[in-house]
Amino acid sequence: MTVYAAASLSEAFEDLATEYEAANPDVDVRLNFAGSARLAAQISAGARADVFASANGATMSRVEAEGLTAAPPVLFVRNRLALVVPIDNPGNVTELADLSDDSLVLAVCAPEVPCGALAQAVLNDAGVDADADTEETSVRAVLTKVMLGEADAGLVYATDVAAGGDKVASVPLGPQIRFNDYPVAAISDRAVASDFVDFVLGPDGQGILRSHGFESP
Amino acid sequence: MTNRSSVKGPNNRPPIAVLVMALIAVAVLALPLVGLLQRTPWSSLGTTLGETATLEALRVSVVVSLVAAGASVVLGLPLAWVLARLEFRGRALLRAVVLLPMVLPPVVGGIALFFALGRRGLVGRALHNWFGIDTLIGTTAGAVIAAAFVSMPFFVITAEAGLRQLDPRLESAASTLGAGRWTVLRRITLPLMAPSLAAGATLAWARALGEFGATITFAGNHPGRTRTLPLAIAQANEAGQPEAAIAMSVLLIGVSLLVLIGLRHRWIAPRQPQPPSSQETSPS
Repeated sequence: MTVYAAASLSEAFEDLATEYEAANPDVDVRLNFAGSARLAAQISAGARADVFASANGATMSRVEAEGLTAAPPVLFVRNRLALVVPIDNPGNVTELADLSDDSLVLAVCAPEVPCGALAQAVLNDAGVDADADTEETSVRAVLTKVMLGEADAGLVYATDVAAGGDKVASVPLGPQIRFNDYPVAAISDRAVASDFVDFVLGPDGQGILRSHGFESP
Repeated sequence: MTNRSSVKGPNNRPPIAVLVMALIAVAVLALPLVGLLQRTPWSSLGTTLGETATLEALRVSVVVSLVAAGASVVLGLPLAWVLARLEFRGRALLRAVVLLPMVLPPVVGGIALFFALGRRGLVGRALHNWFGIDTLIGTTAGAVIAAAFVSMPFFVITAEAGLRQLDPRLESAASTLGAGRWTVLRRITLPLMAPSLAAGATLAWARALGEFGATITFAGNHPGRTRTLPLAIAQANEAGQPEAAIAMSVLLIGVSLLVLIGLRHRWIAPRQPQPPSSQETSPS
């Protein structure tokens, strides 16, 4: 069985696959991680995926609109935005509003990719006019620049903070109303595809996802 | 097989196996381009290419690649001269270090640049403390440095080969006639190696134009400052906008093809140094 999953789901889905294989010894789960848009393009082009887990609803909607899903997509986790700084916090960032300081080196995701769209929405909600120094196409590239201390602050997903280890600190953002929603859908009509989707939505799957920082919807 | 008029003598007739392999090679190299071109939305191409974001990326690409190529010539020519003319211990090692960026994945170059010129890097700290340069992320200077890092070796290797091909007797003849070292360099050496200078500079420029990995890693992706065409193409692709990515790719391919076609005489079939009358022409 082949599972296409958004890059931000990498660690969580590796654990999910291990767990699923342990419970279903006759199933071999192959994982393909990339940006959601690229995965959707591959599925449109006829890639043999059994399950697709996207990091954003719009991308999944495109796949669904092309009639490529075997069952309606279901929201399975959500992710919130996190503000990370290098562990010694050279820019002295203590709240989101500090990002309006132009002398700060700020790394964000490009507005065209889901983590960038979320960052833009959260900044707009807070009325913070932040001028990013770099717009990365991958959330992990944002994290790396903060880990290296080359950026004073970065906007990433809450699930990425753990990957920063002891090199980054997370600045509390207060209550949030914005989330990034992750839908999952069976692409092939094989029984094992819908069974895996059920596993992801079930208590065991949700437990694994929560342990990686995702939130149940 | 028919004997074409251009094929002279049986020794020039290629074995069929050679022709077949050559055809496969052409297919490997040309098929991706054909695939791209047949997916190109020609009718909307003009609209996509006319968008502000595309023009901005084109402008950044032109500026960054030209400045990087210029830096490659200004710094690379003395280096090529040292490598070609000076005998010293460790020359082979130095050449290997100089050429390394040609084989290194550019992203490695970008990461390495961080540890050299980043705010916490070897030299970057000094830049920060002495000149108040805070960061090169998101600056055109950073993009130029990344592009020069990957493109300069192409100029150095071409210029060094050009220097080695020169007939040293022409230079010694000029010295014998009383020309100083600087005059010999300016009036004899540089004009004689002009074709390889032009070829090296163009190669370096083309490499700088296509640069992606070191730029996005080291200089980041900032519209109007570091977002070159390759960065804009990758971003459009990641963001699920294949039409924009294809249109900008076609633009980049067009520019690159023009350069390669313009270079074909110098690069693909390098000629012997020109007759002595060319010594009067000044290097351009």
